[in-house]
Amino acid sequence: MKMLINVPESVVADALRGMAAAHPELTVDVENRVIVRRDAPVAGQVGLVSGGGSGHEPLHGGFVGPGMLSAACPGEVFTSPVPDQMLRAAAAVDSGAGVLFIVKNYTGDVLNFDMAAELAEDEGIQVAKVLVNDDVAVTDSLYTAGRRGTGATLFVEKIAGAAAAEGMPLERVEAIARQVNESSRSFGIALSACSTPAKGSPTFDLPPGELELGIGIHGEPGRERRAMMTSGEIAEAAVEAVVEDLQPRNPVLVLVNGMGATPLLELYGFNAEVHRVLAQRGVAVARVLVGNYVTSLDMAGASLTLCQVDEELLRLYDAPVSTPGLRWGM
Amino acid sequence: MLDAAFFRRWMTVTAASVDREAERLTALDSPIGDADHGSNLQRGFRAVTAALEKEPPGTPGGVLTLAGRQLISTVGGASGPLYGTLLRRTGKALGDAGEVSAEQLAEALRAGVDAVMTLGGAAPGDKTMIDALVPAVDALGNSFTAARTAAEEGAVATTPLQARKGRASYLGERSIGHQDPGATSAALLIAGLVEAAGE
Repeated sequence: MKMLINVPESVVADALRGMAAAHPELTVDVENRVIVRRDAPVAGQVGLVSGGGSGHEPLHGGFVGPGMLSAACPGEVFTSPVPDQMLRAAAAVDSGAGVLFIVKNYTGDVLNFDMAAELAEDEGIQVAKVLVNDDVAVTDSLYTAGRRGTGATLFVEKIAGAAAAEGMPLERVEAIARQVNESSRSFGIALSACSTPAKGSPTFDLPPGELELGIGIHGEPGRERRAMMTSGEIAEAAVEAVVEDLQPRNPVLVLVNGMGATPLLELYGFNAEVHRVLAQRGVAVARVLVGNYVTSLDMAGASLTLCQVDEELLRLYDAPVSTPGLRWGM
Repeated sequence: MLDAAFFRRWMTVTAASVDREAERLTALDSPIGDADHGSNLQRGFRAVTAALEKEPPGTPGGVLTLAGRQLISTVGGASGPLYGTLLRRTGKALGDAGEVSAEQLAEALRAGVDAVMTLGGAAPGDKTMIDALVPAVDALGNSFTAARTAAEEGAVATTPLQARKGRASYLGERSIGHQDPGATSAALLIAGLVEAAGE
């Protein structure tokens, strides 16, 4: 397995050094692993902090900037950051208006953010949390850890970021973040497994001629394996899974997200198929994003996220944003 | 009686066995997790060893709470808070005593395991570290060796189970047939007691 790295132990630190060199508009603390927008804390604005394992770039560090996250905490590859990082981030972005933690529903992220919230409150920082759990491939029941948080994280961070930028109070920003999560569903497909730097080989075995349906973003296999399908067939499976669960009545935001190793040529083709199937089902499309946003290292494949929006959510989604990974209107 | 030196040895020999077994733990974590359990715990226990060398606490409770804090600050993932809570709560339960009996250790470790179950929401049979820790604590009243055997058997017994907690639970039935990496590393921690005691 060939990778453009020095040694597995330093991949995250090396990436952060490179990010600092590329983005002088961010404050990148390589040693403590916290990425903060340069002008934080912004007076009167709720601070937005997210984080999670590395390997999902541009999530989350690439979404730090005006109109989106105030700070991000990258963990080791596919490993939650630690509470110390989250506490530093919260302290750096709190203007007195409080901090919202945006947490993907993975046990490690949840436990570490919970511990960090306790520590932050000890220091007098008002903290609210929103859990992102949009992945329909994982059934929610009493006996599981619940749905995973995947692509909807982008919509939650973007829309809540706009709400914070407008100066809305913490309870309102939190409520909007929750509404975005509850209005979003995702479904992922892998054409190949990814390889973590620490392991150096694919995390699961996916023979040629087969694909995995219902994958997450951590190299874990999906719920079902099938013989390779066409882009149109995959779009039908993904749209059906998402629409059946979401039952959208409003127009939707569409995220056709690459997992890291699938070229835009294929993603745009897949987007065309997604639109064909959505039109067949009478689902109106409000906005579309196609690209690599919530990736899984070098995994080939894609995920589809739909978020049904009302007028306010759409207005906040359209609001200006300026981050390394998402930028419009400014 | 067990003094602070015994507890430092316990942590040091555990760090050494995690070092030795890191690749195996990561391999176990690959089909059902995300292939990092070994490297994460290795990073954490190296930090524990370094911290204990730098400022060696004088009490058994002090050793374990320091170790737990280090794990929370360095491991990340679910293992950091879970292992960190296990050691911190066990250490807190031991209090300020300069020496503790094996019975006191067993009692404190049970408090630590209870705290882990509360934090992670896992019960025996969910295919987690709890499946090694609970039988180990039950057997600890007999001897360290009995606890080691119970933990190892508990870890092996996770293989046919379907995961109901943590990342492996997202695989549903596909988690069956793989030994749980968390239960495996928990067995290493318990085995460290035997080595630390020189049994």
